[in-house]
Amino acid sequence: MNGSAFRGRTAIVGVGQSAFYKHGGSPDSEFRLTLDAVLAACTDAGLDPRKIDGFTSFNFDRNDPSRMAAALGLPELRYANMFWGGGGGGAAAVANAAAAILAGFATCVVVYRGLAQGQHGRYGDGLSIGAYGRDAAYVAPYGLMTPAQWYAMRVTRFMHDHNIQPDALRAISRASYHHAQLNPHALMYGRPLTDDKYDQSRWIVEPFRLYDCCMENDCAGAVIVVAAEEAPHYRQAPAYILGAAQGSEYRNQARIHNAPNYGSASFTTVAPRLFAQAGVKPSEVDVAQSYENFTGGVLMSLIEHGFCSPEEANEFFIIENLTAPSGQLPLNTSGGNLAEAYIHGMGQIMEAVRQVQGRSTAQVPDVEISFVSSGPMVSPCSNMLLGGATTL
Amino acid sequence: MPVLAEPALENPYWEAARNEKLLVQRCGSCGTWQWGPEWLCHRCLSFQMQWAEVSPRGRIYSWERVWHPVHPALKGNTPYIAVLVELPDAGGVRMIGNLLGDPKQTVLVGGAVEAVFEHHETAAQHFTLVHWHLIDDRPK
Repeated sequence: MNGSAFRGRTAIVGVGQSAFYKHGGSPDSEFRLTLDAVLAACTDAGLDPRKIDGFTSFNFDRNDPSRMAAALGLPELRYANMFWGGGGGGAAAVANAAAAILAGFATCVVVYRGLAQGQHGRYGDGLSIGAYGRDAAYVAPYGLMTPAQWYAMRVTRFMHDHNIQPDALRAISRASYHHAQLNPHALMYGRPLTDDKYDQSRWIVEPFRLYDCCMENDCAGAVIVVAAEEAPHYRQAPAYILGAAQGSEYRNQARIHNAPNYGSASFTTVAPRLFAQAGVKPSEVDVAQSYENFTGGVLMSLIEHGFCSPEEANEFFIIENLTAPSGQLPLNTSGGNLAEAYIHGMGQIMEAVRQVQGRSTAQVPDVEISFVSSGPMVSPCSNMLLGGATTL
Repeated sequence: MPVLAEPALENPYWEAARNEKLLVQRCGSCGTWQWGPEWLCHRCLSFQMQWAEVSPRGRIYSWERVWHPVHPALKGNTPYIAVLVELPDAGGVRMIGNLLGDPKQTVLVGGAVEAVFEHHETAAQHFTLVHWHLIDDRPK
């Protein structure tokens, strides 16, 4: 393991979350949920909240960092950073926190994302189309108004090109639901998904059935990033940041679905940069959290990260391979966006940390390398590799 | 009329569609085809983008069948099929449209399609959507 100067020099030392609600279910405001998550992360780390001096987030998070700093009575706000894009920004927001620490801008940066979709609107609701930018005139009149409708055709083309069967999508969905049955906080805890139940579920937009699509929720999550040399002073075992990358390949979002590499999760260049930076091979990854906006995005994400080839996909994406503790690549082990909570990918980041620390509800034995990816099929997307102390 | 983000950039396409012509951009400097509309050529960075009429025939590059009505206007109007159509005569640029005909028809990547101009006329506005229908282009 070689890797770059970034490797292992920062760590996540605390994770925190609000209560999880179905959209519209939260009695608390979005900002209150976000405060809950930030303070829970501090408690988790054994950190005095007044030590926080920076915030990062993504997707135009409405919870203003200056209000947060004032609300928490921070002595000084030294860093506030917002990452462009949507759900692709989760890992990038952590990376930007790490970069700020390495640059000396701040010493203790909280990455947070809070969203109460019942209060502020859902992505899957076509009424929100006005927010969706400059291509709307060329897609909305034809009935493409929501992310499921924008991304289905990328997946269909990819599956067509590589002869990948729908069973692969079902296995990805079932992995999330399987792990959610072990996680009492998961919104789909107590609601297992069988092959039959999946097969009987209604189409949203082919090739996505109901269970291929993420939930939409009221919830918040936060993680705390500090320099590696500070990390051992906190309560939990540090999850060292071994690598992180962001971006997308050539003309990935060329207007009106004109990306040259159309059947893509956007990771074809971002993935190799991650592994090179961390000095890690895909085969060394012990557990994966991969953002499910839709199962087809996970399919392409994991293939683009080299966990299997397109030709191996029909054999690789089976439930036995994707579940803890002994699958070849346990996937979305807290239940993910499909079955734990839709925190826009912060749930995946928190779970990647817990796997390194050995405290997941679906723990994989002896995790050294923990992988997380944020936001397939969007740009910019991002990813990250975390490791325990033995990986340094 | 769909609201255009940058009318000065986009109007020629919509005006042509009203006259049942299909236009895309072509670079006046290097000849690169480009769609959707952009101010400059992604290949040579020239701002001399021009509009070229193209054959309204293409092939289905990908497709989807929408079942869940995400908007009140769509209730009772699903399923419907959207297609991404590649235009071989225009450098392979792609356009989104609806595939006309039986909404439950089998759709195949590679299927040959031809444009159908659907005019929307009211007292206040006149705009045209470009849909597609399958054609038989096998050699006779």
